[in-house]
Amino acid sequence: MSLLQIRNLSLCINRLKILHDISMDISPGEIVAITGESGSGKSMTALATMQLLPEGSKTKGQILINDRDTMLLSETEMCRLRGNTVGMVFQEPMTALNPVQTIGAQVAESVRLHRPDLDPMARAAEVLTRVGLSPELVSLSRFPHTLSGGQRQRVIIAIAIACSPKLLIADEPTTALDVTTQAQILHLLQKLTTEDSMGLMMITHDLAVVTQMADQIIIMKNGHIVEKARPSNLLNTPKHPYTKALIATSAHRATLPRLRQEAPLLRVRNVVQSYALPRRSIFTAPGKVYAVNDVSFDIPKGIRLGLVGESGCGKSTLTRSILGLEPVKSGAITLDGEHVFSAGRPNLAVRRRMQVVFQDPYGSFNPRHRVARLITEPFNLLDKKPTATESMDRIAKSLTSVGLLPSDAQKYPHQFSGGQRQRIAIARAIIIRPDLIIFDEAVSALDVSVRAQILDLITELCRQYNLTYLFISHDLSVVRNITDHVLVMKSGKIVERGSTEEVFSNPQDTYTKSLISAAPQLSKRTYHA
Amino acid sequence: MLRYTLKRLLSLLISLAIASLVIFATIEVAPGDPAFFMLGINAQEDTLAALRVELGLDKSKPQRYWAWITGMIHGDFGTSYQYRTPISGMISARLWVSLPLALYALVISVLIAFPVGIYAATKRGKKGDLIVMGATQFGLAIPNFWFAMMLVLIFAINLRWFSAGGFTSWDKGVFSALKSLTLPALALALPQAAILARVMRSALLDVLSEDFIRTARAKGLSRRQTLQYHGLRNAMIPVLTILGLQLSFLLAGGIIIEQVFYLPGLGRLIFQSISARDLIVVESVTMLLVFAVIIINFIIDLAYAIVDPRLRARS
Repeated sequence: MSLLQIRNLSLCINRLKILHDISMDISPGEIVAITGESGSGKSMTALATMQLLPEGSKTKGQILINDRDTMLLSETEMCRLRGNTVGMVFQEPMTALNPVQTIGAQVAESVRLHRPDLDPMARAAEVLTRVGLSPELVSLSRFPHTLSGGQRQRVIIAIAIACSPKLLIADEPTTALDVTTQAQILHLLQKLTTEDSMGLMMITHDLAVVTQMADQIIIMKNGHIVEKARPSNLLNTPKHPYTKALIATSAHRATLPRLRQEAPLLRVRNVVQSYALPRRSIFTAPGKVYAVNDVSFDIPKGIRLGLVGESGCGKSTLTRSILGLEPVKSGAITLDGEHVFSAGRPNLAVRRRMQVVFQDPYGSFNPRHRVARLITEPFNLLDKKPTATESMDRIAKSLTSVGLLPSDAQKYPHQFSGGQRQRIAIARAIIIRPDLIIFDEAVSALDVSVRAQILDLITELCRQYNLTYLFISHDLSVVRNITDHVLVMKSGKIVERGSTEEVFSNPQDTYTKSLISAAPQLSKRTYHA
Repeated sequence: MLRYTLKRLLSLLISLAIASLVIFATIEVAPGDPAFFMLGINAQEDTLAALRVELGLDKSKPQRYWAWITGMIHGDFGTSYQYRTPISGMISARLWVSLPLALYALVISVLIAFPVGIYAATKRGKKGDLIVMGATQFGLAIPNFWFAMMLVLIFAINLRWFSAGGFTSWDKGVFSALKSLTLPALALALPQAAILARVMRSALLDVLSEDFIRTARAKGLSRRQTLQYHGLRNAMIPVLTILGLQLSFLLAGGIIIEQVFYLPGLGRLIFQSISARDLIVVESVTMLLVFAVIIINFIIDLAYAIVDPRLRARS
């Protein structure tokens, strides 16, 4: 018997068709993964099941939970169902908890609401222990901001399972997490599903995440289900052309141009970056936290270097130091022998030779500026700004080289998609022909197919302009894809370095090993292809 | 929390010290000799000198600053040049009008703004929201002296519920004193309520679009419960900021309303003292107002920390 039956579900939001004729079943103990790109309707399917759709939504069809049609239930009856029969886990653990309530209170609230027979706080302690946050380790009176992302996601899972639901819906539960944390959370979800014989609807854009745990995979595109299959069948004999394309792009590898050995461009020597902790008392010296601790490496001209590590390992601090945004505590960073930070400010002579592309294609542009103005901002680094005609010419050139049109210069950032915005960010980086481009998680926020296109663009550009790249990412498959050498960073230190292929196929350090084994892979076959 | 409070307290003291120095220096720089001003053009040189000694003007600047500060701490604000009476008495009489008036107006403003703002936020984009927000636009646009005059016209002259002006002293009973402050408080509160309601609405809308609101709904809380348990407290930070600013403003900013209703408040005192160049009164009242603003900010800072645990930890 099915726990959840969705029959011919269609959804319109403000007359826009979002879902077309969706049907699926989830039985107790079964894990069904829904995957597809952003905008494919996977999250909306989950929200429709919870009846938590945005305003202006119209649904048709049936959603049966335990043979009761939820479309016919009143809002009060739905409230009784939510959190009780169906629990939900969300993508953003950093923002999905109320910042002004303790974690204990937030778990207990759900118990108080649905299970008057239980002692809310005792039950909260019990479920938090189950998700690996026993009150001895993590007190119930802690506030969310004192927990890590992984711990917060555990709290959210605890809220969802507090009343022993029959069905758990997890919407991108690990997308915002590091690989090792991701592996732990996936394992936890799998364990809970088996122990309680819950049904699990798992939504993810990353096919590799679910191939190992799902019983069934549903591929969605533009609001349609294009394929439903068991993971092994799906990977080995995909039927629908879209599925084939999706699998191909997930395993996409860019072909890098041959590497020429040249003199080091950027030298990082014994760099230490530390921050003072708040004083415990006025009589003791404040403690220090070493974000970057004695790091040295060279980036030879023309190389693509990767820097991997989990959040908090010091990647971002190191990036800021390399960009000369803040002085280092000790050590030196030089580009062709010139210090990146000198006389109390970033050295302009060096800054004009390196550019950066950031992660968030939505947040890294001023929304009120046109593209032309956005991408010409690096001109401010030059001693002599180009004339109007020259700058028009360069705008057109750099937009064309990233695959956009010269006429796009007059548009605003909101008129572009996420992938296109990342192209604009790259256009901004190359417009003054830098030697070094730093990509700070530059493709992490993109869908797989878009990501593959951007990676191709990046490799194409380095062929064209003889660029040197520093590629910072927590995503190992991306780094493996696009770099020649790799540095693995942990707690402010570099624990392993070497050629990318060597490090990935034969990791020496235990930390590197754990990182690589935690990373989800589509399958052995495609990974080594 | 204790650390946070102590830190805020320290910054309060530093602000007070700096503010007092600035005020003292400003008055020192101002041209004119108070003794000369008090005695008039025909004063004899020896009487002037005697008065300067009496006022302490012959001492050095640091000495006078110190005397001013220690005097204020003991409640001695000096003597008005104009009336030749102790300033502390003048101020305290005025303060007993202005402070209750400000608090009264603030309470009215909160009582109007909170329900209105919450209502508008829950009805976002619908008829109720549009009507209420249109009304607040109106409240912002009306000059408060005109509104005050309308209140007098309706409630004092036609209905005869309240008197048209003047202040009944607190000695004659709390009720009658409050009654004489009601119309001025209403006139002061209206534009403040309009601002506060708008801030409340937008703060709540911001919070309601947060991810944790969706988490709360997925737990099975109804819209109303979600708003009550998860929305309001998170929306309080911007609201508190505005509340603090409003209270500071209301303390002395009600000068036009005081004039309309013939209230002997602080605003009028400042106005009269400035007109009469009674600088020592201006100096003392300014210091007092600065003190009040700093104290209000301190209270608001503590309120922030009570509302938001992240602030407690950051200090």
